[in-house]
Parts: sequence; structure tokens; C-alpha cells
Amino acid sequence: MELNDLVPRRGEWLRGTGSDSDIVMSSRIRLARNLAQFPFLNRADDSVRSEIERTLRRHLNELSLGGPRSYLDVSHLERLDRQFLVERQLISRELSESHGSRGVCFTEGENISLMVNEEDHLRIQVLHSGFDLDSCWQQINRIDDLLEERVTYAFSEELGYLTACPTNVGTGIRVSVLLHLPALVMTGEVKKVFQALQKINLAVRGLYGEGTQAMGDFYQISNQITLGKSEEKLIRSLKDVIPNIILYERKVRSALVKDNRAELHDKISRAYGLLRSAQSISSQETMDLLSSVRMGVNLGFIDDLSIPTVNELFIHTQPAHLQKLRKTTLDSADRNAARAGYLRHRLSPPAQGDKN
Amino acid sequence: MKCDRCPKVATLHVTEIEKGQTQELHLCEECAQKYMVTASPEPVSSANPAGMSESELEELERLVCPHCKLTFREFRSQGRLGCPQCYTAFRDELVPLLENIHGDTQHVGKFPRRAPVDSRKRYELVRLRNELQAAVAEESYEQAAKLRDQIQSLEHESADAGEA
Repeated sequence: MELNDLVPRRGEWLRGTGSDSDIVMSSRIRLARNLAQFPFLNRADDSVRSEIERTLRRHLNELSLGGPRSYLDVSHLERLDRQFLVERQLISRELSESHGSRGVCFTEGENISLMVNEEDHLRIQVLHSGFDLDSCWQQINRIDDLLEERVTYAFSEELGYLTACPTNVGTGIRVSVLLHLPALVMTGEVKKVFQALQKINLAVRGLYGEGTQAMGDFYQISNQITLGKSEEKLIRSLKDVIPNIILYERKVRSALVKDNRAELHDKISRAYGLLRSAQSISSQETMDLLSSVRMGVNLGFIDDLSIPTVNELFIHTQPAHLQKLRKTTLDSADRNAARAGYLRHRLSPPAQGDKN
Repeated sequence: MKCDRCPKVATLHVTEIEKGQTQELHLCEECAQKYMVTASPEPVSSANPAGMSESELEELERLVCPHCKLTFREFRSQGRLGCPQCYTAFRDELVPLLENIHGDTQHVGKFPRRAPVDSRKRYELVRLRNELQAAVAEESYEQAAKLRDQIQSLEHESADAGEA
């Protein structure tokens, strides 16, 4: 599978299925691992980096991942292609923007990805659509076991899996759930949720993880602590709290429908109208409007559009995707025009918008 | 957007919540790493990462990992360790940091299958005892009884192995 084969595909986390998928976009678990015989990356010179990359690539290519996989040498990819992989959540911004030997191995369904030479030697990630952390853990734990039969991880009895940054040491696990919370954002209630989460040591981040601002009312909730609690316990802490946030978002949506129906319907219809007719539109504005539209579909105000299509539009209107779809590089102004054109084509007339 | 602490471009955006007050912080990669290590709410100058005296800084400079030669001062400024052995070399300095970040200093999660049987058992005992404590605290006595039995059988196993 070539990188360009991914362009028209939807990818696992945009499937829009699974438990509570009106609010939970995706569930994700990642594990940070390092090989015992090598220094961490900030003390690894070019030749050591290459050796780590070669070693891991060989093992990853032989690993049973339950289907075909691709390995991409990220150091040889164009900037646009790297950005494209970031937008699809197959690699992190850190891997995209760093230097030297590095790579990513991912499965055809795009739900398993293994990054080589990111902050740690290896970052394993499993992603599922909807609220499904148990499947993520089952799958990632198996992959980790299989790898562990082949390599010796840096591990201590006291501190667990040793990582380059002490914030990941112990289990090396980051359990996260991507939520779409437009009603809580609209009413300002979301602040209360974040404060409550902070108190129980859960972190809130934007769509593309660490350091990104929230776009399109998407928030990632994840564990902060990695040491002193078992993986199951850390997963449990998210599994316990997420249903409350889902319930809260649903309650606020119902209250909005009940008390401000006309206003809400107007906001959603205007958002839909803008997306169907704009001649130039930024990525940020698209995300914000799509967020209203997504809620409108879930609440039944819009009936000629499906959630998987809306999910797909979120990703296809990102800068790198737009350029890959157009098969050309575009500056910001041209991108805004191309984005508006793409949205008009997909959304109006309605019958064309929802063929799939 | 400019970094709040130096002239570079901010790439990390932090929302800090303290005593119910939220505060937005926009930091460049370098300042963000310092921020994460020191978690200091005050702006710090790059020459003196944690507001330390000259002699304290020299002290950090002298702390070196024998394996990868990273100094503790370098770790303080970069936020990244140099090799797995750094955890042993800087143990005394890292323990308070880990307590601060995780509220704990003992791993209780997955254990590599290839680890020696002995250490796995010892580790399993630590884990079970922790769970027992938690179960008692939560008044889940049924669970606690189950854990107690598991602990006892594991202790017997170890004792038997010791005699043999």
C-alpha cells in the first residue's frame, strides 16, 4: 500500500460507528517503549538512530498484525506527506517535525500504527472508532507481547518501562478518548468539566494532541499519571468518567433543543448553508461550522447527511488532505478557495453529498 | 503566536487551572520542556533554569550519568533523559520529581514476560498487596478475601522454592 492509496480512504477513527459514536469519535491507547541496549534519542547520534530504526523496522515487518501493513521511511517523505499522516493521526507532529532516521508502520485499516524514533524508540498506537477502550487494550497488549518476544525493552522492577521523559515512565501508557462536545462548549459548561477532570489527574487536549488548541469542539481526554497504577486501572479511570461527560453533553443538548430550539435550529442551518455556498473558507471556520452540522445531524435537524460523511469532511478539508486530493500544492488563499469548492461539491445539491 | 517566556514562536498551548482559576500559557518547544520539568508558574530566565544559586547549578553539572554522560543540568533544561541507566544515576534527584508527577515511585503494571521468574513473583506480590489495600479501603471485602488468598498462595510458592 502506497501513501497515495490512503487519500480517498476514510480510516478507522472516522468510521463513525461503535458505542456512543455520536459523541465519542474514537478511543486510543499508546504505549511508549525503548530498546534496552540503546541510549534514548537525545543521546543517540545519527548512526545509532539508524541502527535503532533498522532494528525495529526488521521486527515490525515480521510482526503478525492481523493483516497487510506498510512501513514508511518518514525521513524521506515530503513535508506535505508528513502533514497528511499527522492529519490522519497515523503519526504525531513530533515525528513529522523531527530529524534523522525515523519511520512508521501501520495496518491497512489504519487502526494500528507503530512510530519508530519519536520521543521514544517505539510508540505503539491502537485506535478504534467510538467508545471502545477494551478492544484497544486487548489489541495493543498483544502487539506489545509479540514484540517483547523479539526485543529486550528497557525496564526496571521499580520504575517499569523506562522512557525518555519521566512523565511516561512506568506503564508508558496513554489512554485517550476523543470527544465531540459542541453543546458543552456552546453553553460554557465545558470549563466545569475540565476543572473536574484536572482534579482526578486527567488531561484535556485538542484534536491533534499535545499543544493543539481545541478545533471543531473536539477534545481528547487522557490519563496523566503512568506510574504506580496498573494499565487496567488507568483504563478504568477513563471508562468510569467518560460516560458522565457523554451524559452531560446529551443533557445540555436536550435542554438546548427544549429551551432554545429555534435559535439552535437557526445556528445549525446557517452553518450548513455557509458550508454549501461559501467561495472561500479557512480550515478553522470549516471545523467550527462542521461541528454545528455534526450536532445538527445527531439531533435530527439535518436529515440528508450521514455522520461518516461529516467525519470525512473534517479530515478531507484539512490543509494537507485538500492538497493531496487536488494533487497539487496550494498556498493559503488557494487552499481556502479549493476547500470551499470541495465542500460545495460534497454538500450541494443534497443528493450528491451523501452517496456513501 | 509568540512564546510567553522568550521571543520564539509558541508551539505549545497550556491551560493551567489553579484554585479554580484558568490561565492560558503559550510556549515554544524549549520553554515548554522546562515548564514541564520545573512546573514553575513563574517565568524563568534560560541562564538559570530553576532559580538556583551558582553553586547549586555547579552541583547539577557534576551529576553525570556514567553511561551516556548526560549531566543532570542538561536533563533539567531539555526535559529528556539520555539512556535507561540515567534513572539509576539520577535516582535521588528523580524520585521527588516522580512523586510530584505521578504521586508514586513504584511500578504496578505490565511486566515483561522475559523477566526472571523470581522478580516477576516479587513484583506480583507488590501489586497484589497494593490491590488488597485498595480493596480494604473501598470496603470490597469479597475482593479483599480473594486477593489475600492469592497473596498467601504466592508466598507459599516462594517459600517452597526457597527451601528446595
